[in-house]
Amino acid sequence: MDEFVLDTGNTAWMLTASALVLLMTPGLAFFYGGMVRGKSVLNMMMMSFGAMGVIAPIWLLYGYSGAFGADMAGGLIGDPTQFFGTNAITDAESLMAASGVPALVAIAFQATFAIITVALISGAVAERMKFSAWMVFAAVWVTFVYIPMAHMVWGGGLLGATGITEAISVPLDFAGGTVVHINAGIAGLVLAVILGRRKGFGREPMRPHNLPFVMLGAALLWFGWFGFNAGSEFAADGTAGRAWINTTVATSLAMLAWLLTEKIRDGHATSLGAASGVVAGLVAITPAAASVDTYGAMAIGAIAGVLCALAVGLKYRFGYDDSLDVVGVHLVGGLTGTILIGLFANVGDGVNGTWYLDGSLNGLFYGGGFNQLATQTIVALFAVVFSGVMTAIIALAIKAAMGLRVSDEAELGGVDLAVHGETAYETLGGARKTQEVKA
Amino acid sequence: MKLVTAVIQPHRLDDVKSALEAAGIRGMTVSEASGYGRQRGHTEVYRGAEYTVDLIPKVRVEVLVAAEDAAAVTEAIIGAAQTGKIGDGKVWTVPVDDVARVRTGEHGPEAL
Repeated sequence: MDEFVLDTGNTAWMLTASALVLLMTPGLAFFYGGMVRGKSVLNMMMMSFGAMGVIAPIWLLYGYSGAFGADMAGGLIGDPTQFFGTNAITDAESLMAASGVPALVAIAFQATFAIITVALISGAVAERMKFSAWMVFAAVWVTFVYIPMAHMVWGGGLLGATGITEAISVPLDFAGGTVVHINAGIAGLVLAVILGRRKGFGREPMRPHNLPFVMLGAALLWFGWFGFNAGSEFAADGTAGRAWINTTVATSLAMLAWLLTEKIRDGHATSLGAASGVVAGLVAITPAAASVDTYGAMAIGAIAGVLCALAVGLKYRFGYDDSLDVVGVHLVGGLTGTILIGLFANVGDGVNGTWYLDGSLNGLFYGGGFNQLATQTIVALFAVVFSGVMTAIIALAIKAAMGLRVSDEAELGGVDLAVHGETAYETLGGARKTQEVKA
Repeated sequence: MKLVTAVIQPHRLDDVKSALEAAGIRGMTVSEASGYGRQRGHTEVYRGAEYTVDLIPKVRVEVLVAAEDAAAVTEAIIGAAQTGKIGDGKVWTVPVDDVARVRTGEHGPEAL
């Protein structure tokens, strides 16, 4: 190992970026919380907060090690014992040693990704899942799906530079199109199907109860996403700037594209459409943040905005209750960004001299032929199959062991009251205190 | 003319509306209400302190109908609102002396 040389500038940025990404999960709680009915908002937000509780300790015990430890099982997962507990890791072993960022900062940054990925799934199972089953699912899913996927893509495993596509090209996933969004999207679909639809789905109106919450959540997600994408450079440099610029311009275009799609189809440009378009753009540019130029980012954002706006209607056609469109936004947006890299990749052309690869990984539209497109497609499909099958096994096992759904009465009367013993909003008549705090 | 008033579970409202529309009712007034009957309240817990909520959210549906339609409307509401559990609510009918349509000034059955 080379000697570790601390870079305080890069380290300061990565500490900041880690905090930004952590803020995305409570932001997501607001984004999702506003979209459910008033009787389920607390439960919805608690699923995100619950993920923050369950995933952080797992990540520090064996999660980081499983993702970024030495290859095991043919590149499927890292060695979970290598950095177990994270107390013995040295800075020379830091994932970000090349940019002078200490190991513990790298662990912190990666922890926030694991947390948000699990929380994203909760949107597919809103208003009807047992909180206990969700917490168990979060722990098991991050262990057997997220950690292997992070290792395969970022930890030098099967979907990395020397993985299954080695003979074709290097897969590009800058900040988590496969690991985070395709992974959470397909998991949400599988879990929603196994869990079953909400009572009255497709028949009763299930309109969002607080659109300002949704807008607030989208704003917090956009803000935090700068840590997610620009932070994935692991350094404070021009490539981080490229990721920042691409993140914003793709998101702007996706919002405009979603609004235009709605305006043409339904006659109105809606606030929910704007918030959804923002997230669709953020999702789609995530894998491509530092591997496309400004025009590529604009194109990816615009295409993702239209595709996701159309995709959210699929659940009514096919009858699965992906309540808050984890499939329509994260799976479709993640696939869009990941595969479009094959068309728009423009890495290392020297425009600003700091892009993170200097090879010839250009997409079809930039003279690179079909190799990158093929590579991106293979990796995306592998992620869909791996996550889909693993999630199905986990969900069926939890269903058999403890059940996934709340009772019908709890669902109809509101999962907040039944599961958490609280209601989000005061109703006429209020409440009277009947027992003091138990000591 | 009669006024049929129903207090029902909030989650039955859509079915009740559909049933009334199917019974030929073209207008109704719906309001949020709070109350309790045999169901009584429930408890909530905030930082360990327990609160009793006596008044439970309900929905009140009011329909003005011709006297001969009142029984059918009542049955339509019961059919759609009934879950068989405590807390399903009540339906009652009272006579109405006069009804006026504000826009036209019509009175009586023409105003229904």
